[in-house]
Amino acid sequence: MITHRKTVTAWLLLTPMIVMILGVSGYPLIKTIYFSMTGAKLVAPDLTDSWVWFHNYVRALSSANFREAIWHTTYFAVISVGAEVVIGVMVALLLNEVFVGRTLLRAMLILPLALPTVVNAMMWRLIYNPDFGALNALLVQLGMLDAYRSWLGDPATALDMVIIADVWKNFPLVALIALAALQTVPRDLYEAATLDGAGMWNRFWRITLPAIMGPLSVALVLRTIEAFKVFDIIYVMTRGGPASSTKTVSFYVYQEAFAYMRVGSGASYALIVVLISACLIAGYMYLIRKHGEA
Amino acid sequence: MKIKNVLKSAVFGIFAVSGAAHAADVTLNALFMAQAAYSEDDIRNMTADFKAANPGVDVNVELVPYEALHDKIVLSQSANGYDVVLYDVIWPAEFAQYKLLEDVSDRIDEKTREAVLKGAWTTVEYDGKYYGMPWIADTKFLFYNKDMLKKAGFDTPPTTWEELETQAKAIKDKGIVDYPLVWSWSQSEAAICDYTTILSAMGGKFLDADGKPAFNTGGGLKALQYMVGTLDDGVTNPNSREYAEEDVRRVFSSGQAAFALNWGYMYNLANDPAESQVAGNVGIVPAPGAKGISKASAVNGSMGLGIPSKSTHKEEAWKYIQFLTSEKVQNKYARLSLPIWKASYSDPDVIKGQEPFVNAAKTSLAVMAPRPTMAAYQEASAVLQEALQNAMLGTSSPADALDEAAKTISDMQ
Repeated sequence: MITHRKTVTAWLLLTPMIVMILGVSGYPLIKTIYFSMTGAKLVAPDLTDSWVWFHNYVRALSSANFREAIWHTTYFAVISVGAEVVIGVMVALLLNEVFVGRTLLRAMLILPLALPTVVNAMMWRLIYNPDFGALNALLVQLGMLDAYRSWLGDPATALDMVIIADVWKNFPLVALIALAALQTVPRDLYEAATLDGAGMWNRFWRITLPAIMGPLSVALVLRTIEAFKVFDIIYVMTRGGPASSTKTVSFYVYQEAFAYMRVGSGASYALIVVLISACLIAGYMYLIRKHGEA
Repeated sequence: MKIKNVLKSAVFGIFAVSGAAHAADVTLNALFMAQAAYSEDDIRNMTADFKAANPGVDVNVELVPYEALHDKIVLSQSANGYDVVLYDVIWPAEFAQYKLLEDVSDRIDEKTREAVLKGAWTTVEYDGKYYGMPWIADTKFLFYNKDMLKKAGFDTPPTTWEELETQAKAIKDKGIVDYPLVWSWSQSEAAICDYTTILSAMGGKFLDADGKPAFNTGGGLKALQYMVGTLDDGVTNPNSREYAEEDVRRVFSSGQAAFALNWGYMYNLANDPAESQVAGNVGIVPAPGAKGISKASAVNGSMGLGIPSKSTHKEEAWKYIQFLTSEKVQNKYARLSLPIWKASYSDPDVIKGQEPFVNAAKTSLAVMAPRPTMAAYQEASAVLQEALQNAMLGTSSPADALDEAAKTISDMQ
């Protein structure tokens, strides 16, 4: 009886919140699903609504360009998140050591995170500039490159160059979370392990990594979702070029819905992206829960 | 936008209480581009003059890069954001189909129709109706570095594209500059403008009489083969494949190129010692022709000012457009963008100090080739941009790239 009353109270208290969520994300979601099965146009949608069932989805999945955009996005997400985690953990380990200037370095870690993405993208565009960019100057002066070259204008390197810019901005997030997690690892565990003859490598794999795995997975999930939605850095740095080699799904959806004004098929593309993201999140959730139980 | 306005009126409100400021009755929101033609300073100065002459009307000027202009106009439609927008010659078909712009045919009298260049009208006209006033009459010109040509032993700039390549090769062989040619060939509309110029010189057509793609044959194919050829020969700066107009200006103005294809605004900027290291050495001629086909070539790169159909201040907006496009204002700011008025081209104030620019414009503006008029232009252009890039990066031959683009565009129709 008491539990029943508690349940009712809980639901009553949650009602405003639920109404808010339904209004803010439920309605647009349902509208998007509706649009995805019509031939709606961005302007004057009432004039051009026509029910097309799953035609938009069939067209999306059979489009070689869209599949290619999915591949670019997956590549971007895997490489950039992978690099962010590796670099982030390494930097966290360093900043966890006691040395002079540690506080200053820890504070500086925030800087890239504090930069707006657009500013970061403009900055890296300048660094990569084919005529006077710092990267060209550095590599030529070090003798690693014979002549200045185009980085963002070459389909073989453009996406990797965007990834470097993204990693630079976002690895501090992983580093911060890892650093916070490292503070909670008891020192005596290391002392005991050292006494037992465990080397540095062994201590990392057996003590450090398991201890920070939980918070690290959260960072991993957040970064993967963000990386899969990547749009702004691409829009500023390459606008999908050269030869569409950096066109990601979000850019594709943007173009479809806003440049070509096909909201209907744009919605279907967007929902396919949402579905892929949802699968990724479900996979991570499963992993985290499994880890929590162990 | 809304919150900004609320904040603004709150701030102005405080001033009003203190009895200091005069609040404007109507505020116009105007959208321009920050790239080529009139500079931001020019636009702000013209607007200040307009406000001085029209008390009670305030104008918010917003400038965005060309690449963002189309999407901004379309997206602002649902929020009725703008009262005056600058738009490109390639959009009226699409805008007319979706009724995005006000039909102002009735507001333009016979006298005005006669006094403005014919080519400029094509910018705002679609299906017999006028969707605004032309403002920027512009095309691509061939710029050359006089010193470099002289050093290589050439007395006159090239008159055909073949000759351009020959001169460029000679300049490269003599070691005067590494890459004599520079273009805006990034994956953008700028590349289409360069391609259209060469296509028209070589007698090509975008669409045949039935409206089907025809750029993959004849002059259209030759134009792309020519572009790729100059890359293969090493006379075109390979970085052109990631350049837009301002990059072209920077490279040419720093003396790293002997020739450049760019909009008219570059003439006075490249001759301005504060902006350029080659000031005084810059020549301008119409883009070349092709032997036996054409004497000169040009692309219609004009832009117009229109009133979004959802604007609630159409009268004031039209007043502002009339002011900006008036002969007087255009003549005053003729250094970066030539006027749309026929009479301006014999006005000594306009001509003075920029005779070569005005002379080149007289020839070029008369031969401007249009890009295809189609509602789905944005998408067709994106397909073609990718094809050009594939050919220029060598991932596909010009013929294959254009054939594929033609097929995609024809499926789209």
